[in-house]
Amino acid sequence: MTTSRDEILNQLRSQSVPKTELPDLSAPELTQQWISYEDPTEQFANMLTSVGGVCARIKNVEEVNQKLAEIPAYQASKKICSQITNCGQSNVEISNITDPHDFEDIDFAILPGEFAVAENGAVWITNDGGPARTLYFLSQHVALLVPAAEVVNNMHAAYERLSFETPRFGTFMSGPSKTADIEQSLVIGAHGARSLTVFLVEEPF
Amino acid sequence: MAPKVGLFIPCYIDQLYPQVGIATLKILEHFGCDVEYPETQTCCGQPMANTGCTNEVGPLAKRFLEIFKSYDAVVCPSGSCVSMVKHHYAEYFTDNPEYEALKGKTFEFCEYLTNVLGVKKLAGRFPHKVGLHQSCHGLRELRLASDSEIVGPPFGTAQALLESIDGVEVTTLQRPDECCGFGGTFAVAEEAVSCMMGEDRVHDHEQAGTEVLTALDMSCLMHLSGIIRRQKKPIRVMHISEIFAECL
Amino acid sequence: MPAHPKLAAAFIKDKDRAHWHDQSLWFVRSKRDKAVNQLPEWELLREQASKIKSYVVSHLPDLLEEFEKNAKAKGVHVHWARNATEHNEIVHGILKQHEVTRVVKSKSMLTEECHLNPYLERHGIEIVDTDLGEWIVQLQDKPPSHIVMPAIHIKKEEIGELFHEKLGTEKGATDPQYLTEAARQHLRQKFVGAEAGITGVNFAIAETGGFVVCTNEGNADLGTSLNKLHIACMGIEKLIPRANDLSVFLRLLARSATGQPITTYSSHFHGPAPGAELHIVLLDNGRSEISGSDEFRRSLNCIRCAACMNTCPVYRRSGGYSYNNTVPGPIGSILGPAKDAKEHASLPFACSLCGSCTDVCPVKIDLHHQLLTWRKEIRVRGLLPYSKRLSMKLMSWMMQAPSLYRFAGKCARSIVPHLPRFLLYNRFNAWGKQRELPDFPKQSFREWMKKNHDDK
Repeated sequence: MTTSRDEILNQLRSQSVPKTELPDLSAPELTQQWISYEDPTEQFANMLTSVGGVCARIKNVEEVNQKLAEIPAYQASKKICSQITNCGQSNVEISNITDPHDFEDIDFAILPGEFAVAENGAVWITNDGGPARTLYFLSQHVALLVPAAEVVNNMHAAYERLSFETPRFGTFMSGPSKTADIEQSLVIGAHGARSLTVFLVEEPF
Repeated sequence: MAPKVGLFIPCYIDQLYPQVGIATLKILEHFGCDVEYPETQTCCGQPMANTGCTNEVGPLAKRFLEIFKSYDAVVCPSGSCVSMVKHHYAEYFTDNPEYEALKGKTFEFCEYLTNVLGVKKLAGRFPHKVGLHQSCHGLRELRLASDSEIVGPPFGTAQALLESIDGVEVTTLQRPDECCGFGGTFAVAEEAVSCMMGEDRVHDHEQAGTEVLTALDMSCLMHLSGIIRRQKKPIRVMHISEIFAECL
Repeated sequence: MPAHPKLAAAFIKDKDRAHWHDQSLWFVRSKRDKAVNQLPEWELLREQASKIKSYVVSHLPDLLEEFEKNAKAKGVHVHWARNATEHNEIVHGILKQHEVTRVVKSKSMLTEECHLNPYLERHGIEIVDTDLGEWIVQLQDKPPSHIVMPAIHIKKEEIGELFHEKLGTEKGATDPQYLTEAARQHLRQKFVGAEAGITGVNFAIAETGGFVVCTNEGNADLGTSLNKLHIACMGIEKLIPRANDLSVFLRLLARSATGQPITTYSSHFHGPAPGAELHIVLLDNGRSEISGSDEFRRSLNCIRCAACMNTCPVYRRSGGYSYNNTVPGPIGSILGPAKDAKEHASLPFACSLCGSCTDVCPVKIDLHHQLLTWRKEIRVRGLLPYSKRLSMKLMSWMMQAPSLYRFAGKCARSIVPHLPRFLLYNRFNAWGKQRELPDFPKQSFREWMKKNHDDK
């Protein structure tokens, strides 16, 4: 008996589809055309604002703490969870948690982002697959800390940095969760974070 | 020597809008063309092709080539019919050098004036707010103007010619190049959608202050004019060649 | 089901609503225009995307095997389904094995195509669509009317009424903010309670064995990060060769779809999380047949952005349900007949051939030309109504005989102007229902030429 797999592959192989070429995305005639910005950080901040997020350029973690204290949602948060050392008044110890459901009532999460993309206001985040992955999506509010030097111009530059050889999870996050499914009215805070603040931090953290 | 132009007048213009044929002829002669109207021409076959009846198109395509192949240029006051000849005849002519030559020398009227005869400015005065309806086939098949979908610099032969006429003000539409809903047999087969599309175009021109509605294609205008007249709107409908001729 | 013109006319009967629908979608098209005009390289990107997708379709079996190998190496279970029945059985089998009874699903047109929800419900599994729009239509027990904005055809008053009835929100509440918040609260419980998450797949990467799911709401991520079982369902055409190709597609997708620079979440799944299971179901369901067709192969380039729907002047005015197909609009009018030409014979004609779809398509599918080719195919398969066939035959015959054409024209021009209005404008004249006929002139152009030009 042939399996569905073989049947599908055989059917495809029985066809004479003219073979076409794959474009070389690293060819200079392409890469020279990709958009770049005079000030990628400013472009990133503008794009993030346009998708409902907030961007702040910050010197160090201490200043992040000051800024956090000014955010009303942060002030009102009962449960705060931070993955950044000395950042935020974390009152939930992530390493103690094995079931992601225990993060259900997290009000504010302070998490790391690897780099930012100027053209679309996205931040690349990764996770080893532990329960903390859900914090990016389940927390009511999210703040990301990204090294200020790590802002790339566009998605081509972004993928140059990425490799997927080992199993892991990663996502581009651009602004807070949103929907426009009711009469095209934009509503921030659909299922995921109600707000997203990105701190571009100059000093190592 | 003056170019010998074969005048290609779509069947419905011949029968229903002779004044458009006359205006086209006058302008071409004004710019020094030796124009001939081959009397045996009928229809390019577009209605059949658009209905899927390609068997019925073949004989008409072959007739068309025979009738028009000897001219220096074939000029037609319709983007849609030109697009039929240039883009949709290929399946009836395999490796036929005569057809390949015909493709290269068949032009929409404004395109011919601008790109072949080099006309940049038209004389006369036409003190009106003119609404230019961008007929889809001229726009997205023949690329006679830039469309709102593609990213690139704006251009357009018809608009440039209109704007060269003293007194013409081309109106600004909310949707600069949405289809009018004629679409050949679509106008009848999908009557409800077709008429709503037409009504919306007319309304856009109304809000833009269009006094004279014009286009490269009389077919779009037949549909729009049908709605304008039924709803008794104060918009005059003219083919672009009629505007040019009135300015002579 | 009635054909498109009938369903369209029924939708347009409520003119205000049809206008509202048209304007909602035009708003999305305008946002798309604004977004794409910020990238001078837009057309270059479309070209690369088109080339990559053409490469995929011409190397599909090899890429599928490569994907399977790499996905398995990362610990993913890969399943193959020839059709919807097999697909649903596979999904159900996995859920049954894990004794799952509560599932959350993020938006997936493929599972709509397979009618997965009713299948799982029949087997006692609760399946909740978590994309807000898709959930709204699920509550109505209806399919999506649009592939990106499933509830684009529903007014907020109706959603308010629906939520009042199903969730107990305040009667008469219509504020989208309030209604979305109610949905958030309700669906949070579903996310937390679910034992498995089903997602679609936007792109699957052959060289890495991973895949990408894009959402704005974060529902795919919530649905897959809280439980230990993730099933991703994808059509075999969703492959791309290299991870780097995503740079092209993620730049195109959201800008084309909604005018956003990128979706809020573009999540890359490579292997299961520790202690969890990840399954991928590869579905054919007629796709391999399309791949064998020289005319329609390019329709497999589609990345389901729905830009062709948003720009289609017919779709905007006739509504998604008038297509009676899982995927409506221009691309649906190509895919529908490919699945069942008889059932969907009217779809290739639900098009004025304006070509706007072709010019917005981020992967450069020549949509309106394929629709024209479908019309020919419908004719060849004998599915064109006899009256249409006959009239085109007669017209062609007349147009081949200039004297007959001249005579017919002359007759019409001398008779029609003298006919009383009721003979011209009646139920047999679809043209004249809302439009005047042209004034028939006394003389044709050729008659004028003979008199005024040729003798000169």
